[in-house]
Amino acid sequence: MTVLDTPAWRPRTDAAPLLPDREPYRLLGTPAAARLDAALLRTLYGHLVRGRRYNQQATALTKQGRLAVYPSSTGQEACQIAAPLALRPQDWLFPSYRDTLAVVARGVDPVEALTLLRGDWHTGYDPRAHRVAPLSTPLATQLPHAVGLAHAARLSGDDVAALAMVGDGGTSEGDFHEALNFAAVWQAPVVFLVQNNGFAISVPLAKQTAAPTFAHKAVGYGMPGRLVDGNDAPAVHEALTEAVDRARAGGGPTLVEAVTYRIDAHTNADDATRYRDDSEVAAWRAHDPIALLERELTGRGLLDDALRRAVADEAEAMAASLRERMHDDPRLDPMELFAYVYAEPTPQLREQQALLRAELEAERQS
Amino acid sequence: MTTAMPSTDRAPALTRKPATMAQALNQALRDALATDPAVHVLGEDVGTLGGVFRITDGLTREFGEDRCTDTPLAEAGILGTAVGMAMYGLRPVVEMQFDAFAYPAFEQLVSHVARMRNRTRGATALPITVRIPYGGGIGGVEHHSDSSEAYYMHTPGLHVVTPATVEDAYGLLRAAIASDDPVIFLEPKRLYWSKADWSPQAPNEVAPIGRAAVRRPGRTATLVTYGPSLPVCLEAAEAAKEEGWDLGVVDLRSLVPFDEETVAAVVRGTGRAVVVHESSGFAGAGAEIAARITERCFHHLEAPVLRVAGFDIPYPPPMLERHHLPGVDRILDAVGRLQWEEG
Repeated sequence: MTVLDTPAWRPRTDAAPLLPDREPYRLLGTPAAARLDAALLRTLYGHLVRGRRYNQQATALTKQGRLAVYPSSTGQEACQIAAPLALRPQDWLFPSYRDTLAVVARGVDPVEALTLLRGDWHTGYDPRAHRVAPLSTPLATQLPHAVGLAHAARLSGDDVAALAMVGDGGTSEGDFHEALNFAAVWQAPVVFLVQNNGFAISVPLAKQTAAPTFAHKAVGYGMPGRLVDGNDAPAVHEALTEAVDRARAGGGPTLVEAVTYRIDAHTNADDATRYRDDSEVAAWRAHDPIALLERELTGRGLLDDALRRAVADEAEAMAASLRERMHDDPRLDPMELFAYVYAEPTPQLREQQALLRAELEAERQS
Repeated sequence: MTTAMPSTDRAPALTRKPATMAQALNQALRDALATDPAVHVLGEDVGTLGGVFRITDGLTREFGEDRCTDTPLAEAGILGTAVGMAMYGLRPVVEMQFDAFAYPAFEQLVSHVARMRNRTRGATALPITVRIPYGGGIGGVEHHSDSSEAYYMHTPGLHVVTPATVEDAYGLLRAAIASDDPVIFLEPKRLYWSKADWSPQAPNEVAPIGRAAVRRPGRTATLVTYGPSLPVCLEAAEAAKEEGWDLGVVDLRSLVPFDEETVAAVVRGTGRAVVVHESSGFAGAGAEIAARITERCFHHLEAPVLRVAGFDIPYPPPMLERHHLPGVDRILDAVGRLQWEEG
């Protein structure tokens, strides 16, 4: 009798199919791109251009003081767009604080999506309306939420999947580990998208993990890991769609790592020149998601000057609308501070509310 | 606003027989699972084993693994997934195996469980109940005897509830599960095997959250306490009769919302109060209670409000815990210091 005969020793699953390929999955610039649906490509293109313009406009609004902070996803637009487009209306999206574009692409109003960053409240949209969780400031804590929701949906017999977004830095948090473990043990219908943009503020990949890739972490939990070029919009979309379909069909969770790059600094308050070279940024600019897709569309005769102009105009109109709507100060009601702490305010809260009300009244009269 | 009340379609006869607090808690979970399909129990060892204290005994057998689930060993994951379940409309009742083992879940509790309703302007409520065995006096080794109520009380958005009697264990747990607010439900583990004549069949017996209970009226001084310290205070009140003191005892039951009205009314009647709790005194629950009593009852007070609490030390090893826990003698000494000479 050896350990091989004991009940405990059995690999619970075959590891090989769970491992990612050696190279990130790509479509653009490969022969396989030819089969891509033209309508999908045009849809992606429109979203990408609008997304880039939104990033630029939001960054400008921060410089003007209309937003307290804006963590830009410039350079990562392919991931931002592909994630919500891989979902159906009944699915749920769990974004991190850099994923405002994904939230808007999901259908949330472009101004409501910015409430957290403007600072008039902690979130500006009802999560149930478009099935988007509030933008999460703490890293990776929204991953267990996504797992629990997906699990609840499966228990309820509903055809619902969840997609949780996290960055390379967030994968070091304990909640990343715990979420993936729960997801695999429960076979929850959830997809984890790791947007590997190279940095957690200033901390580069080499200081964040020693894993071969983030996709390789998946096998440790017993779920498949997929590696994709994060700037190749149709490739990311396809990888996520496959993963979401798998989840819906009862195949359990998937970890998708999208390799991309954060072109801008962490936020407007950060100085990226302190920790990285412009040459590195330039190299990634040459791999820009919009340029990649444009090349494919143009090559197939799907994008002429007229269409390019129309899409650009639409993006400009979106930016102008954003500027206009963000021009005025938001409506603030200090009494709201007490209204939602509990289902019913405690007697103590009511007293505090009365105190503030009296202060504001005195202010108004003076 | 709240979900199903206890079922009234059981046998009408009220048979009161001795039951332990553990059994009452078990019955509350059973009844909640039976009456509301949204209720899901989860935690480490709650399923097949029935919980290390047997509080969830038999639930998986009766309701299945999907309703009473053994989770991986990961408190942050347990609370975090419960958040997601609640976002979807379920009513998770999670167990943290011991008070100190809830600490890994602290971020999820404070950053999300306590804040989601507020963050979303009421759109997303999280009706989660977090059951935590707390307190010492069981000879537990390190980390098994903590009382963390102060951290939770200090976190706006959480209700904090703690039964001290068999009847309240049932009623308050049903109320906690039915509540649309997240409730930290602190179970005094050394009272798990305390017995009382009690019947789960009494209809509509759901003790309200936010109401203290006057366990013993008294005219001389008032002991204000909760959880595992209630029996000690009742014992002290009995012993106090020999000193000629008629001590009243208030069982808070609910730390948040705090029943200031009841406490203030009782203390105004006696003019003297001692707050008793196991957890460390500095910045503990007693500090808040004493401040509030002083503010509300100052002109009725004959003496400062005193506190008998654990020392400001990490919870002691089992062989030394008796020096740390508030006992009858220490409580009576405090009563003795309520400035009787000037009175």
